[in-house]
Amino acid sequence: MTSNCNVSNMRRLVEQLKLEASVERIKVSEAAAELQQFCLQNASKDALLVGVPTGSNPFREPRSCAVV
Amino acid sequence: MGEMEELRKEMENLKDQITAARKTFQDSTLQEAAAGVTVVGRVQLKTRKTLRGHLAKIYAMHWGTDSTLCVSASQDGKLIVWDTITTNKVNAIPLKSSWVMTCAYAPSGNLVACGGLDNMCSIYNLKGKDGNVKVMRELAAHTGYLSCCRFLSDTEIITSSGDCTCVLWDIETGTQKTVFAGHQGDAMSLGVSPDFKYFISGACDFTAKLWDIREAECRQTFGGHESDINAIGFFPNGNAVITGSDDATCKLYDLRADQELLTYQDSSIMCGVTSLAPSKSGRLLLAGHDDFNVNIWDMLKAERVGVLAGHDNRVSCIGVSSDGMACCTGSWDSFLKIWN
Repeated sequence: MTSNCNVSNMRRLVEQLKLEASVERIKVSEAAAELQQFCLQNASKDALLVGVPTGSNPFREPRSCAVV
Repeated sequence: MGEMEELRKEMENLKDQITAARKTFQDSTLQEAAAGVTVVGRVQLKTRKTLRGHLAKIYAMHWGTDSTLCVSASQDGKLIVWDTITTNKVNAIPLKSSWVMTCAYAPSGNLVACGGLDNMCSIYNLKGKDGNVKVMRELAAHTGYLSCCRFLSDTEIITSSGDCTCVLWDIETGTQKTVFAGHQGDAMSLGVSPDFKYFISGACDFTAKLWDIREAECRQTFGGHESDINAIGFFPNGNAVITGSDDATCKLYDLRADQELLTYQDSSIMCGVTSLAPSKSGRLLLAGHDDFNVNIWDMLKAERVGVLAGHDNRVSCIGVSSDGMACCTGSWDSFLKIWN
């Protein structure tokens, strides 16, 4: 019984590998260029990258000045 | 016996085929492509808020889609929903089992989920009629611990488990819609693609797998790590995957080139990666480690550009809000911190 389980498991693994082997690929140069482009195009919207001006930072208390 | 040998040979042939195919598309490297890009300047984030209230180790946190609320899970047996701006606790939900390992916030904001050594995923309704938060559904079928869960909607959730499988559940009926089997070790973490069509899983078999949710199949498998993958996430445009491992490195795999593009490692970093999150543009990779720190990497240049040091124990979870305004870290020191 154990050997049957192994054979059907192996058959499944082989089918899975056939599927993964058949995936359509693109060149690394193209993939890398697109990743880079995405980073650069969205840089300005990335608060952790470019920083947040104090006034518009929801996590910072605005400094208040009291007029005495 | 004969068939086993033939199948084994076929398996080896296919593995070689995949390796060879990937090589033919490796006409360059991300390093070469990004050669003209300047490294990001030193990133210095400050703790803006500290969320105090848990009485034991925090194991997981997840931002709500509004970028203000978040949920955290601690082995003090509580799920807490926080308003990160006021630091108020919106909900403090007592759990049946305190051995919680993961939590998730539904995109709608209506539900949260958690699970752990009880092998179940419990769904809580935050918007019940009488104002009390109650268990809405207990999803039970996994034969191992619940390591991670992520909502697709209010009616569907995906879980990963120590039983090596991931499961897509129908929340209303409490039944399994699809079982995603294939990992040869505990599935530790999962991430859903921005278009909700795919999810990725990282496991103790050192591989990451990309799954097609509706076709119910594994499309791609990525190896290279030398130990368990504890954390996984999609690059913001959905075309690449980032993994974090006990081997102390993070890796970037491109889905369309079907291969690893970069490894983020440094000889001075010897502790396993527990958690990770990309910044909104994908340029920064924040990785939490066993050594109490979060390392910040320039994802294109594979250079460390910052460190978040502020916790007194392991950083167990990290998340960047959807609008990219802040990063939240959770630690075994029982505190959550908001940084930007």
